[in-house]
Amino acid sequence: MRFAVAEDAAALRSAVDAVLAVRGTPATIRAGWGGDWATVRAAWGELAATGLAGALVGEAAGGIGLDESALVPALERVGISALPVPVVETVAVTAPLLEAAAHPLLADVLAGRALVAAQLTGGPLVPFGAVADFVLLADADGALRLHERGELAADPVRTVDASRGLLRLRERPTGGVELAPDGPAASRAWQRGVLGVSALLVGLADQMLGLTVGYVTKREQFGVPVGSFQAVKHHLADVLLAVEFARPAVLAAGWAQATDAPEAARATSLAKVLATDAATLAARTCIQCHGAIGYTTEYDLHLYAKRAWALARSWGSADLHRARLAAELGLTDTTGRQ
Amino acid sequence: MDLTWSPTELAFRDEARAWLQANVPAGPLPSGDTREGFALHVEWEKELYSARWSAVSWPAKYGGRDATLWEWLIFEEEYYRAGAPQRVTQNGIFLLAPSIFDFGTPEQQGRILPRMAAAEDLWAQGWSEPGAGSDLAGISSRAVRDAAAGGWRLSGQKTWTTRGAFCTHLFGLFRSDPSAERHRGLTYFLVDLASPGVTVRGFDRLDGDEGFAEVFLDDVFVPDTDVLGEVHKGWNVAMATTGSERGLTLRSPGRFLHAADRLIELARARPGVVRPERVVQSWIEAQAYLLFTLQQVTDIVEGKQVGARSSLNKLYWSELDLALQTTAADLLGDEAELDGTWSRSFLFSLAGPIYAGTNEIQRNIVAERLLGLPRR
Repeated sequence: MRFAVAEDAAALRSAVDAVLAVRGTPATIRAGWGGDWATVRAAWGELAATGLAGALVGEAAGGIGLDESALVPALERVGISALPVPVVETVAVTAPLLEAAAHPLLADVLAGRALVAAQLTGGPLVPFGAVADFVLLADADGALRLHERGELAADPVRTVDASRGLLRLRERPTGGVELAPDGPAASRAWQRGVLGVSALLVGLADQMLGLTVGYVTKREQFGVPVGSFQAVKHHLADVLLAVEFARPAVLAAGWAQATDAPEAARATSLAKVLATDAATLAARTCIQCHGAIGYTTEYDLHLYAKRAWALARSWGSADLHRARLAAELGLTDTTGRQ
Repeated sequence: MDLTWSPTELAFRDEARAWLQANVPAGPLPSGDTREGFALHVEWEKELYSARWSAVSWPAKYGGRDATLWEWLIFEEEYYRAGAPQRVTQNGIFLLAPSIFDFGTPEQQGRILPRMAAAEDLWAQGWSEPGAGSDLAGISSRAVRDAAAGGWRLSGQKTWTTRGAFCTHLFGLFRSDPSAERHRGLTYFLVDLASPGVTVRGFDRLDGDEGFAEVFLDDVFVPDTDVLGEVHKGWNVAMATTGSERGLTLRSPGRFLHAADRLIELARARPGVVRPERVVQSWIEAQAYLLFTLQQVTDIVEGKQVGARSSLNKLYWSELDLALQTTAADLLGDEAELDGTWSRSFLFSLAGPIYAGTNEIQRNIVAERLLGLPRR
């Protein structure tokens, strides 16, 4: 038993950190807000080169041959940066499918030249569709098919987090290339997406908490830092508590997936619930602890809060994952009835 | 990451499970917070001791098994899974003993620990006073030097002392230097409650059991050999004990995993009474506490200090327990008011956010020491 980030995972995380220190700034998120995808893609190109793009791809296929367990710590850092790129969709969901299918697009993905957005629930909204070159979609039979973005009949839509690059599909497309039929591979891809987004949410919560601690330490009212008031302290202690208990759950879900543990789906739902609750608590609390400046777009906090709200409801809301666990634990039948 | 148990650990689990299966009393014992129940629990403690399960992580020479912290966690899981009795020796074995290992002399360790493991000496905690609860450094019970007799004379009053009316010994802080800054003039004493000048009065807790006591000390002599750690440096020793109390040695994940399993059973038997998500949430939190603990034990094994992070444990387990017990009461419906296992654990869960330092104090500690927010 050793519950700690392994060496290879720590190495990837530090490589990712080094790039994000320069590229993972609010300026990059704001570039996404302005539709300046060239700047965003340049950041991704550098980040991909750390090996992140091929984290789950075997060395023989040009990746670095890590597993889900080793990917989680790096994705948490990507979450901290809120880089407006479909990192989870490209790295965790699609790259392993491309490898399994020996698809030629893999080389472009590994080189950071191609980004893949994904929508696996059959809905019409595709996050990061605007910045992606390809889109992975579930067809009516639950198979996962890869489409060139240019071939899709889709329109950009305005979103709360304007760096999400959302597209709305006008119709469910035909065509594309099947990467996985409905079955274990498709379900694994979904689980990897849930895991990856959970890691991002922990990172986002951590980022919001850090910003807020910095702010309430400097901001003075009544002649003292507002962070010296117990009401503020207790709010932020609750956020730290939520983050500190979500993080191990996400790491454990990564381990369960990497080792094909029978409880992997359960561990992944657990991770998504705790990470979502931590991030939504962080967003709500951190805006409150900032006061009015937290309710502006000039200040950076909203960039992270809006991403957290978007991710909280994607890849299954906390309630959806709680409902899955309820069925797993024999509290409801599969239709959700008690 | 490696979330698997070794063959040695699995064998340890099997051995613990088999012994508990064969030896745990069939029905629940009467509450250990009553005089009769306490005596029966002490008998159980002696049985545990004779099979060397009372303090598994201690060295064999003191009655333990030299078990690793991992094995201790496994034992705790099995203990709760088996539905074994509450540990009335807990305040000695889990709270005082870690401080004796860290601060005690070899003579104290050899004299005190084996009798504690064997449930010969039963230890109560003497922290709170009528005027000092959360503000522990505000205690006024005093220790006056008696150089001629080679010891100290203690006077004052301790209160909210768990099972104090049934215990044989008390550990606690006393003000030995009234002129010093309030954290600096305190000394940590080990007191035999049979000493002349000690009066103990038991009183009822919220559940109606005589689980609390007031301890009055009137010029009670304590020899120098019963000072734990250095004179006037009792605060440091006490902080080590409160770290154990808040952290995992007091409340291991096994307790809550078992409680969550029982809650799920209750909910399956009573469909439609509460939203299943509430039950699931308690299961989730028990799992989260386990995973957090696995990470924390790894840190401890690798030599990192837990420090103020024990306040995170305390906040999490106490609030998860309160929510879990409230859900159980709602599931029970009109049966919730019957005196029984569930109603008792519900009442006891209300104490969790108070004892071992109130959760308000814990949140201050988390904010100031983990987040670095300014003190006032």
